[in-house]
Amino acid sequence: MTIHSLPARTKTPDRTPAEKPVRRRGGRRLLRERAGRQHHAGPLAYVLLAVMAVLSIFPLYWTMVAASTDNTRVSQTPPPFLPGPNLFSNLARAWDEAAMGKAMINSLIVAGVIALSTVMFATLAGFAFAKLKFKGRNVLLMLVIGTMLVPPQLGVVPLFMMMSELGWSQQLPAVIFPTLVSAVGVFFMRQYLSEALPDELVEAGRVDGAHSLRIFWSIVLPVARPAMAVLFMITFVHAWNDFFWPFVVLDMTNPTVPVALTQLSAGYVRDQSLIMAGALLGTLPLLAMFIVFGRQIVSGIMAGAVKG
Amino acid sequence: MATSTTKALAGEEPPGAPRTTGGERTARRRSALLHRLDVKGAPFAFVAPFFVVFAAFSFYPLVYTSWISLHDVELATLDVMEWVAFDNYVELWGDSRFWNALQNTLTIGVISTVPQLLMALGLAHLLNYRMRASLFFRVASLVPYATSVAAAALVFTMIFERDFGMINWALGAVGVDPVNWEADKWPAQVAISTIVIWRWTGYNALLYLAAMQAIPADRYEAASLDGASRWKQFTHVTVPGIRSTIVFTIVLSTIGATQLFGEPLIFGQGPNGITGGADNQYQTLGLLLYEEGWKNYQMGRSATVAWAMFMLLVLAFVAQRLIKRLRSRTS
Repeated sequence: MTIHSLPARTKTPDRTPAEKPVRRRGGRRLLRERAGRQHHAGPLAYVLLAVMAVLSIFPLYWTMVAASTDNTRVSQTPPPFLPGPNLFSNLARAWDEAAMGKAMINSLIVAGVIALSTVMFATLAGFAFAKLKFKGRNVLLMLVIGTMLVPPQLGVVPLFMMMSELGWSQQLPAVIFPTLVSAVGVFFMRQYLSEALPDELVEAGRVDGAHSLRIFWSIVLPVARPAMAVLFMITFVHAWNDFFWPFVVLDMTNPTVPVALTQLSAGYVRDQSLIMAGALLGTLPLLAMFIVFGRQIVSGIMAGAVKG
Repeated sequence: MATSTTKALAGEEPPGAPRTTGGERTARRRSALLHRLDVKGAPFAFVAPFFVVFAAFSFYPLVYTSWISLHDVELATLDVMEWVAFDNYVELWGDSRFWNALQNTLTIGVISTVPQLLMALGLAHLLNYRMRASLFFRVASLVPYATSVAAAALVFTMIFERDFGMINWALGAVGVDPVNWEADKWPAQVAISTIVIWRWTGYNALLYLAAMQAIPADRYEAASLDGASRWKQFTHVTVPGIRSTIVFTIVLSTIGATQLFGEPLIFGQGPNGITGGADNQYQTLGLLLYEEGWKNYQMGRSATVAWAMFMLLVLAFVAQRLIKRLRSRTS
């Protein structure tokens, strides 16, 4: 087989970074060109992957099944495997009885604000670490990475005291403020901007006499947009699902979704289909996000990974 | 040297009347000074927000925790701190609940982390094949990651229910007696670990997959020229190639395991949750910390548990370092 008979779409010639066009749309650039050699998946690989997919999805499917039947049916053996007729009535009950409505709005506010501020500060800091020269840059970057190793829960007692002193106990700011920034986010943006933002662009801005904030606004932000979108989603997921600190500082009159869910199951009389309806309700927004933006979230997590 | 773009960018007004040379010089000096200030100062301004928030809400509380742990503080009167020196530590050392929680944290940590990372490695290897629907499989393995601790724990609590749970029903179908998942120590810890494994395997697999894709192809080519089998290539090229990612996930999982809280709390279904079962059979350090502070109202003792957790982490990493040392010496 000669070279010419090969299919045309084998490999684009490698381009030097300088002549790579800067993509402005979509998160595709986050997907690395693969380097490792790829074998085709055999039937066994497909079977194993299918098993993994079923194991991943089944608990959620079963949440839906349990949420759509009634208590007597849920607690029979064998357990039901097909959805019943009561899904919407159970969801409505969970919405009313478990303060789910309020919890949803609270979670939306908390996760939205945290994700926005994380993205903003991470992009600013990530740009500085990636493209600006300043004294102690490497030391500070090591410090950022070091902070990833400090579990936030260990400071929970003084944090609780601080919040009651500020008068924020049971209030949303108590949940929002401690997580306004994220070390992982800063590191992620630095990695991305180091690769995606050509030095020449920053230089050009400097030559034109633009000050740093202006460069950030007009040059960095457009380049960083896909990574910002991904970081927003990942941070949103984490903030939405965060449990320990909200559970400590909020009460049942003003909960986030996970805190409201504990209330559902805390009673002695357990209404299983109500509990499952609540769990389903609390998961639906994120599930919708994953179905729509699955590709971006996957590539974002992979882009943020430590390689080597 | 100003061009029109400069003015547009810097938002300057076009000069009206031509200035005198002296005025021009001071203006230029001023803008040069501003420029230097900007180049020197802006980076610090950009990274400052991160460090300010971290210092206020993470670092300061962590340090202050150690100070609180040397006092008696009641939840109802947070402003009254009574100095007791190391009494809290002495009490904790003699408290059987602490040792029980420590042991539970370690065992649940091991039985949730080890299988999780091994499965993630296998899954990443499978996802690394070229195949149809690869995006579907990747997103599917991330579904658990999108589920909150609370929701996941509620579902698994039901699946592991003693009387009508799906697991016991399935065991019964193959002739095994039902297991009392909540009341017995080992089954409870296995069930709780299952929740952790389910939530994090796919996420870790994606981290491994990203690292695998960064391994240069020529290493595989060299290995196959040497006649290495697929399995040999996996153990001698793939695994060493993603070593630092594996270390990274071990570190993150270890930190996560020390903090375990939501899963056992919800698995205990209400009143039993905080104590980690009727006999504390699955109480973790995280639960003990909460119980001391928010159920027994002893914030000082709660801070002591937190500090003990921190020491545990430090010890774990020192141990890891030592093992690494010894290994490199023997090999």
